[in-house]
Amino acid sequence: MQISLRRLRLQQHFSQRLSSAVVLLGVTACSGSYPQSTLNPASDFGVAIDNLFTGIFWWAVFVFVVVEGLLIITIVRFRARPGRPKPKFIHGHTALEIGWTLAPAVILVFIAVPTIQTIFRHDGTAPDGALQVEVVGHQWWWEFKYPEYGIVTATELHVARGRPVALTMTSADVIHSFWIPRLGGKRDVILNRVTRLAFTPDSVGVFMGQCAEFCGASHANMRATVVVDDAADFEAWIASQQTPPTPVDSLSPLAQRGAGVFTERREPASNSCIACHAIDGVSFGVLGPNLTHLDSRARIAGGIIENNAMGLRRWLSDPPGAKPGSLMPNVSLTEAEIDALVAYLQSLQ
Amino acid sequence: MAASVEAHTAGASQARTGLLSWVTTTDHKRIGILYGVSAFVFFLVGGLEALLIRLQLMSADNDLIGAETFNQLFTMHGTTMVFLAIMPLSAAFFNFIIPLQIGARDVAFPRLNAFSYWLFLLGGLFLNASFLLGTAPDGGWFGYLNLTSRQYSPGLNIDFWVLGLQIVGVASLAAGFNFIATIINLRAPGMKLMRMPVFTWMSFVTQFIVITAFPVITIALVFLMFDRTFGTTFFSTAAGGDVLLWQHLFWLFGHPEVYILILPSMGIVSEVLPTFSKKPLFGYAVVVYSGVLIGFMGWGVWSHHMFSVGLGPIADSVFAASTMMIAIPTGVKIFNWIATMWGGQIEFKTPMLFAIGFVAMFIIGGLSGVMHASPPADLQQTDTYFVVAHIHYVLFGGAMLGLFAGIYYWWPKITGKLLNETMGKVHFWFMMIGLNLAFFPMHLSGLLGMPRRIYTYPAELGVESYNAASTVGAIVLAVGLLVFLYNVWWSRSHGEEAGDNPWGGATLEWAISSPPPVYNFTVIPEVRSRLPLWRENGVSEIPQTPPEPIHVPGGSYWPVLTAVGVIVIAVGALLKSVPVAITGAALVVFFAYRWAFEPFEL
Repeated sequence: MQISLRRLRLQQHFSQRLSSAVVLLGVTACSGSYPQSTLNPASDFGVAIDNLFTGIFWWAVFVFVVVEGLLIITIVRFRARPGRPKPKFIHGHTALEIGWTLAPAVILVFIAVPTIQTIFRHDGTAPDGALQVEVVGHQWWWEFKYPEYGIVTATELHVARGRPVALTMTSADVIHSFWIPRLGGKRDVILNRVTRLAFTPDSVGVFMGQCAEFCGASHANMRATVVVDDAADFEAWIASQQTPPTPVDSLSPLAQRGAGVFTERREPASNSCIACHAIDGVSFGVLGPNLTHLDSRARIAGGIIENNAMGLRRWLSDPPGAKPGSLMPNVSLTEAEIDALVAYLQSLQ
Repeated sequence: MAASVEAHTAGASQARTGLLSWVTTTDHKRIGILYGVSAFVFFLVGGLEALLIRLQLMSADNDLIGAETFNQLFTMHGTTMVFLAIMPLSAAFFNFIIPLQIGARDVAFPRLNAFSYWLFLLGGLFLNASFLLGTAPDGGWFGYLNLTSRQYSPGLNIDFWVLGLQIVGVASLAAGFNFIATIINLRAPGMKLMRMPVFTWMSFVTQFIVITAFPVITIALVFLMFDRTFGTTFFSTAAGGDVLLWQHLFWLFGHPEVYILILPSMGIVSEVLPTFSKKPLFGYAVVVYSGVLIGFMGWGVWSHHMFSVGLGPIADSVFAASTMMIAIPTGVKIFNWIATMWGGQIEFKTPMLFAIGFVAMFIIGGLSGVMHASPPADLQQTDTYFVVAHIHYVLFGGAMLGLFAGIYYWWPKITGKLLNETMGKVHFWFMMIGLNLAFFPMHLSGLLGMPRRIYTYPAELGVESYNAASTVGAIVLAVGLLVFLYNVWWSRSHGEEAGDNPWGGATLEWAISSPPPVYNFTVIPEVRSRLPLWRENGVSEIPQTPPEPIHVPGGSYWPVLTAVGVIVIAVGALLKSVPVAITGAALVVFFAYRWAFEPFEL
């Protein structure tokens, strides 16, 4: 514990040094925080990559200074000046050339060894007892399934601080890439293939990320957040997600009307909400996000819209307008239908 | 004497002026000019696309350009710059300069050369015609499956891309074989391989990469075309195909392609640095061999584009090691270039400024390249703006600055007039400031978590000011290009007469007049040195006028017409019209037949 704490401090020290270097390099002064910074890791995986990158970064700075320095010295010192003798024709120098072949090779060894160590230490396998989550990439939203808890949710992944997480990932359509920068590197998700990521989050918080592999019209709108809770909050979240939704009969009249709109069969069938969305005890659609506990999530529509009455209204009134290419069609809901639907969706806590 | 030359050049279609003379020309110099002008126009188109992309990303949550249009713009920006700008700009120099540097009268197959050019031009126009229908390619320049399958991209967008790239690929293949045959067979007496100028050497290596890499992407494109058109399942996982097969094929082509783009510029810089340092290239043999080595090693690194796929720790380690190793011959070249200038008398003429700029910027691109050679680090960098910064330092800071060095260096040879030095220097500084302002902040926006290929980003990412800086940089680059275009226009009438050898160059192209006569050399010279014009008796005497009549081949209609036939096939494939495609095929057969039986002698 002592040692790992010291390591952690050392790692923080390194990333601070790097961050300050980056700030120095910045051409424009920026204030504020960077929720998707790769330089401020919050998991073992993220820290390992950051340490590796920090080492490579300083080697690169060293080589940059030496070589660009040499270049500048050369062009200043040997600029044409009147009265200077004609340059001597030197065709080469074997020892020198062997030297500048070997020097980069030696530096590369210092980069390659920790690289390969890190590759094998973080190859996506997690220890026993890790939180198992199945991740499915869709055009354009992320689905998360917790097989051991029987939970299906979207856009917002909940994990516990200090508990290893094992993501088993695939795609429902095209290639996407799951990436939460502060929790570590990205990994592509591919139809009919399973890829893995594993990490142990080391601090509580909300971590932003988004799809990193170009996946069509709304690639930019395919966001995700990971909520890292402490153990007690995580257990509470699990419990609430396992609670069935309030039965429709006990809802307010408006929300009941909303449930009616939700379950209405429309023509074509793909215009019906229930064709794509599941709500426990109500519908079984699997093409769109599971809405059973929709109101527990902070954002909707692939994470681009805040989950409140205004956001829901905006989304329901024209999905492709808010998220270009959206597979959820604009079914021309009336104002009254939208009011009712919003009331119903907000009851799904 | 001149009259006897004329007598032999006045073939049926060998007028030396007028539009038709350009369409039918088989003169490598005129084809080189055609390549240069066309490629530069495509470069401006690709630049305009980049400007629009930058204007959209200038501020967070911007809605200047919609998602679909944005995706078309970045796809066409990448495709245009790689296939229609940088490659053919290099081809312009292959055409104009290689025969002059090796002491030849033309390329080995002059009509095939014309065919390559017309196919490239028409293929480029075919690709860009997609904009007129509003269906420009939108799957990225890398066209990953299964996004580009018929299921997920039902429109004509990807069809334009698949067909256009095949056409341009055939043009590159034909040119590749042509230049290999030219360099092997048409060197002047005494022009041993190890006496060849480094530009010719690097171009030689490039052609071998072209003829080996382009078949790979052609196969991939044919598979994709069949999947999309005939319902084959090469890339369909559900039917036993493999979606990752595309990535392996694409990058097996794609990484060697990077060297196709950069090696010619490395060659240009290896000509310019010695000339303006008044000192031969340091370690000629090492520079040549490292170029050859890069050509080979470029084939062993493709999976570094795929670290995020998760190929497993063994594959990741092997490709990390091979990628890091390719940095070694590249680094060697940089040290050799610096050593070339060391002890010289450096004259800061415009070509030299661009060549030094190339070295300075390429170092940055190389170093960021080593950063994502490390797979764990790459997992944070790939598909972010960090990689966008890297490729632009390599391809703009590297390849394009090198090509501009070549343009300023050989302009007087090509046109007989010098470009204006002051405007050249202004252009150079606009480029340097613009490219660093545009591309350096991208390292930071990438490390701060901004992915590539997103048409919008929220303000909360905190990367808005970096993006604004990049946009300002892009505008500075655009202004610099306007300075260059004005310089070209101004120099047409006001440019200083160049003379044969305005820079005091050492290689053969500087031994003849500017612009060179249609037959290039009055007599084929005998070369006795690697530095023919810098050595006493480095080359046999080249008389002012031809001592005897020189046969110059006439022009030909058939290359351009055959190329048109190929485009008709492509249009047929696009419209899924069998009659149109068959008509195109018949035209190709007919015109190629006429071409084959046309009396034409070198």
